Amino acid sequence: MIVIFGVFLLTLLVITAIAIVRTDNLFVAVMLMGIASLLIAGNFFILDAADVALTEAAVGAGISTVLFLSALALTSERERSKSSRRVLSFTVVAAAALVLIYATFDKPRLGDPQAPVQTHVAPWYLENTPKYIDIPNVVTAVLGSFRGYDTLGEVFVVFTAGIGVLFLLGIGATPGALPKEQDNEGLRHYLIPRLVGRLVIPFILLFGLYVQFHGEYGPGGGFQAGAIVAAGIVLFALIEGERRALAVLPQRLLLGFMAAGPLIYGSVGIAGIMLGGNFLDYSPLSSDPVKGQHLGILLIEIGVGITVTGVLLSIFHAFAARGR
Amino acid sequence: MTTLIDILSWVLLTLGGISVLIGGIGALRMPDLYTRMHAASVTDSMGATLVLVGIMLQAGWSLATIKLIAILLFLLFTSPTSSNALASAALLAGTRPLAESKQDRGGAQ
Repeated sequence: MIVIFGVFLLTLLVITAIAIVRTDNLFVAVMLMGIASLLIAGNFFILDAADVALTEAAVGAGISTVLFLSALALTSERERSKSSRRVLSFTVVAAAALVLIYATFDKPRLGDPQAPVQTHVAPWYLENTPKYIDIPNVVTAVLGSFRGYDTLGEVFVVFTAGIGVLFLLGIGATPGALPKEQDNEGLRHYLIPRLVGRLVIPFILLFGLYVQFHGEYGPGGGFQAGAIVAAGIVLFALIEGERRALAVLPQRLLLGFMAAGPLIYGSVGIAGIMLGGNFLDYSPLSSDPVKGQHLGILLIEIGVGITVTGVLLSIFHAFAARGR
Repeated sequence: MTTLIDILSWVLLTLGGISVLIGGIGALRMPDLYTRMHAASVTDSMGATLVLVGIMLQAGWSLATIKLIAILLFLLFTSPTSSNALASAALLAGTRPLAESKQDRGGAQ
């Protein structure tokens, strides 16, 4: 049954990908990319990777679409006419596709118990998570503690990406450059989205916090929560005007958020060294090693969530300020 | 009783699936944006509601049902709002409904 669903979703994904390549209208391409993300998220979900599915849905289908649309507002909706080097690019793409297809012949069958992924380190994580960390969601244990270095790297990637975009677009709204009140009302004159938005935004933020703090028990964690909270505030900026959104969370605070995540994460790691363990070893943080692991994972997840929120909102405001 | 609930649930799921199918055909076949949106709204309102209620009957009284009710409420609030926003944005951008523009032409002659 899973195979049928998987083949169905992947077929739709291929159709969507071909449509993205073939369309000239960039607006259509952005919408199709949102659909593609949602299809991948569905596929991840039927493969029981709920955490990855939630990330893909929140980041790929949700916030990236918004960022692409704000980028599109700065440029034209039509793709420029194709250059004459189509044969060359087609050859490169075809060769890469053939290599990838050839590589899949070595892949083990779906769900093969002898596959390296089932026999290498995964059994150790599954056996030892209850002993060392004692949280139900093994994904969070692996992500936060066993492979804490990788996640630290990811946080720095998000941070660096944010800095890169801000270098290109400028830091955005400085207080003097804010537009007049009437220029920047958002949709405040338009009653229905405003009312429903006001009704929905508190629940979006609440759901973001739930995903943040429930990551140890169910699918979720800092990356997803950061994207959801950022989406809630982007919705606020759209219906109430960017000025009000910047009054709630000023740009300076968002820049602080961007830097706070790596700082919190690194500090938790160094605190581990100070208290007599290794870098990113959370066990010494409390008298009980398991409690220490809980505390460490909670702190680094908060750091991740704060950075993701800060980076996404800074990028959004930078695009919006550029559009004026 | 269990069989009855099961049958009811599958009837609702099937009707929901049919509604989604009708909405999809309508969105492809209707002549202009507003009638297409009208067809697509069948997917949002009837399709999603029937399917979700069908799954609720399968889930019984559990946490899953409460989550499904929350999803249903969220959809019932947001999908009409987004339809309204889309239609009004189209109207602002100058897309006239087909029937009205025909009438206008008829009046001018």
